[in-house]
Amino acid sequence: MAPAVLLRNVVALSGRFPVLAGADLFAEPGDVVLLRGANGAGKTSILRVCAGLLPVASGEALVLGEDVCRDRRTVRRRVGMLGHANGLYDDLSVADNVRFAVRAAGGRSAAADAAMERLGLTGRLRDLSVGRLSAGQRRRVALAALVARRPELWLLDEPHAGLDEDGRRLVDALVLEAVAGGATVLVAAHGPAWLEDLPVRSVEVAGGRTREAVLVA
Amino acid sequence: MARGVATRLSRVEPVAVRAVGALALASLAATVVLGLWFTPEDQVMGNLVRLLYVHPPVAWVAYLAFGVTAACSIAYLWPRTRSPFWDRLGAASAEIGVVFCALTLATGSIWGRPTWGVWWTWDARLTTTALLLALFAGYLAIRRVTVDPAARAKRSAVVALVAFADVPIVHMSVLWWRTLHQPPTVFRPGFGDPTLATPMAWTLLLAFCAFTLAYVWLLAHRYRVAVLEARMEGEGLELALAERRAEAGYGEGPGGIEGGAGSGGDGPGQAPVPVGAR
Amino acid sequence: MWHDAALVAGKDLRIELRSRVGAQQVAPFALVVLVLFAFAFDADHALLLKAAPGLFWVAVLFAAVLSIQRSFAVESADGGRDRLRLSGMDPAGIFLGKAGAVAVQLLVLQLVLAAGVAILYSSRLGDAAVLVATCLVATVGLAAAGTIYGVVATAVGASETLLPLLLMPVVAPVLLCATKAWQAALGTGATGDALGWLRFLGVFAVVYVAAGVLAFGPLVEEG
Repeated sequence: MAPAVLLRNVVALSGRFPVLAGADLFAEPGDVVLLRGANGAGKTSILRVCAGLLPVASGEALVLGEDVCRDRRTVRRRVGMLGHANGLYDDLSVADNVRFAVRAAGGRSAAADAAMERLGLTGRLRDLSVGRLSAGQRRRVALAALVARRPELWLLDEPHAGLDEDGRRLVDALVLEAVAGGATVLVAAHGPAWLEDLPVRSVEVAGGRTREAVLVA
Repeated sequence: MARGVATRLSRVEPVAVRAVGALALASLAATVVLGLWFTPEDQVMGNLVRLLYVHPPVAWVAYLAFGVTAACSIAYLWPRTRSPFWDRLGAASAEIGVVFCALTLATGSIWGRPTWGVWWTWDARLTTTALLLALFAGYLAIRRVTVDPAARAKRSAVVALVAFADVPIVHMSVLWWRTLHQPPTVFRPGFGDPTLATPMAWTLLLAFCAFTLAYVWLLAHRYRVAVLEARMEGEGLELALAERRAEAGYGEGPGGIEGGAGSGGDGPGQAPVPVGAR
Repeated sequence: MWHDAALVAGKDLRIELRSRVGAQQVAPFALVVLVLFAFAFDADHALLLKAAPGLFWVAVLFAAVLSIQRSFAVESADGGRDRLRLSGMDPAGIFLGKAGAVAVQLLVLQLVLAAGVAILYSSRLGDAAVLVATCLVATVGLAAAGTIYGVVATAVGASETLLPLLLMPVVAPVLLCATKAWQAALGTGATGDALGWLRFLGVFAVVYVAAGVLAFGPLVEEG
């Protein structure tokens, strides 16, 4: 089977600083890969390369069969990324935000409604401006936008940050569902592995490079 | 193709650049001597006419420089000719252009005050030149605030072209604006002016050559500095890569795929990691 | 492309409807500028009347800079340009959408300002067809050029100071031609051929819309 993600000796620059200094990564469809490492190790940069956001200066990078060294745009509709920022418009309502995200990726508004339902964003909450929500609620809106897009590759950067116990469980459940549906998930986190029901592969990131670690099954 | 030009440029470089420099200095000196002592005074303008040997050639260089920047920007944006060479050349040319454009306005103003009685008039050429200066000052500002070389090259090339596209529109509209009111009554020395005495015409021609040579000379040097800057950044990058890997604490890591950052030093004007080459 | 353009324009206009920054901050500012001009000219009625077209368009220009800054401030908050890029939309569509939303806002603003000119300067609005046509064509050019420079200035993170420097010289011909066309329509100053000035505005608009469609991709991608 074609790999979902294949990075080989990827060097990526932010300005003149090499955020990635020869990173390797391999993930098959249905994998859950946990990227672990200290702050500034390059975890987020790996996710950004996979999302087609960060240009590859040298090396090889295939994401969902697309060569992101050559074309970074095509892959973007097929991946979903939840970064440190939520990527929401403060002045739009919850429902408008999710719908905009879905329709921009070519989806239908019905998917947005279903996703909001799943994330518990119902009733009056849907018509509130996102700017007036709490940090945890905003995270839920961002997750709803992600789920509604039905991405083939999930890129989650510290997905538990700012969420309560319920929210964290919800994230884990969503990841489980996504993987069951054939999606691939890359998670960046400094904490320990948090998914108990899945064979999560853990990869150490340090100094802009990766090192495979033992399976944390 | 661009790389070919770059290599050829570097091969001919030191000798040719020095020759151009010597020629530029010699012809400028000759222009000074001829312009100040060997050409006659004008009956109307007196000694002021000697600005004729400075102002039009300087203006020509300014326009030439901006034209070169626009051409380089097209060459950079065109995928098949994309190379850092065009970016650097365009930037070098724009810097010289801004200086000469400012000089054009300054010398024009100095000339305008005694001949027209005003420092400034809303003539089409003047207005267009002033706007050109502002537009390319913006271009240099964009270059200054952008760090990433590839982003800088692309962004500034677009800005240069957008600015350049504005020039004919500005010129035509200002021309029409002014001529609607009154026909231009200002004195303009024309090159085809039959009354222009022969020594004057020759001196003017020499001045044009001298300033153009000076432009080429400055351009070559500014380009060389840009290449050196890029090479320094490139070396800094190798070092940064090594340092970055050392953070991991396990030296040259596994994988065995060779050292990441290209082969280094493949031709001049090429940073070790071909960042801008994509 | 058109689907994305409509989506982005709809989103931007909806943000404006909900936040009212344009209605509560930009439009009042433009009106204040009109009042300040009256102070500067010592409320000399004849002079104000003569200068009204120019003052109107200068006020529009200032408001345009603010609108464009606002349009990109909205994009750069919470996640920056990553969001637009991740959305997977066509950059040309994003450009047309953002420029379209700015144009709609500017047109509404011009309506308010025209009323302001009529009331504050007692200017009689003459040939309405020419006035409206000028507004439409000039606004397309302004919005297109502004959106190109808006993304450049935002990308380098110095939009407050850099945008006016970049934008003002480029849109100088719009100011000139639109003012002249208005003068022709209002019958103040030298009357000329309004159609000729409109043609210049049209060329400007076409050039910058085309430039934006072509250049927006590379500009959004970098950085």
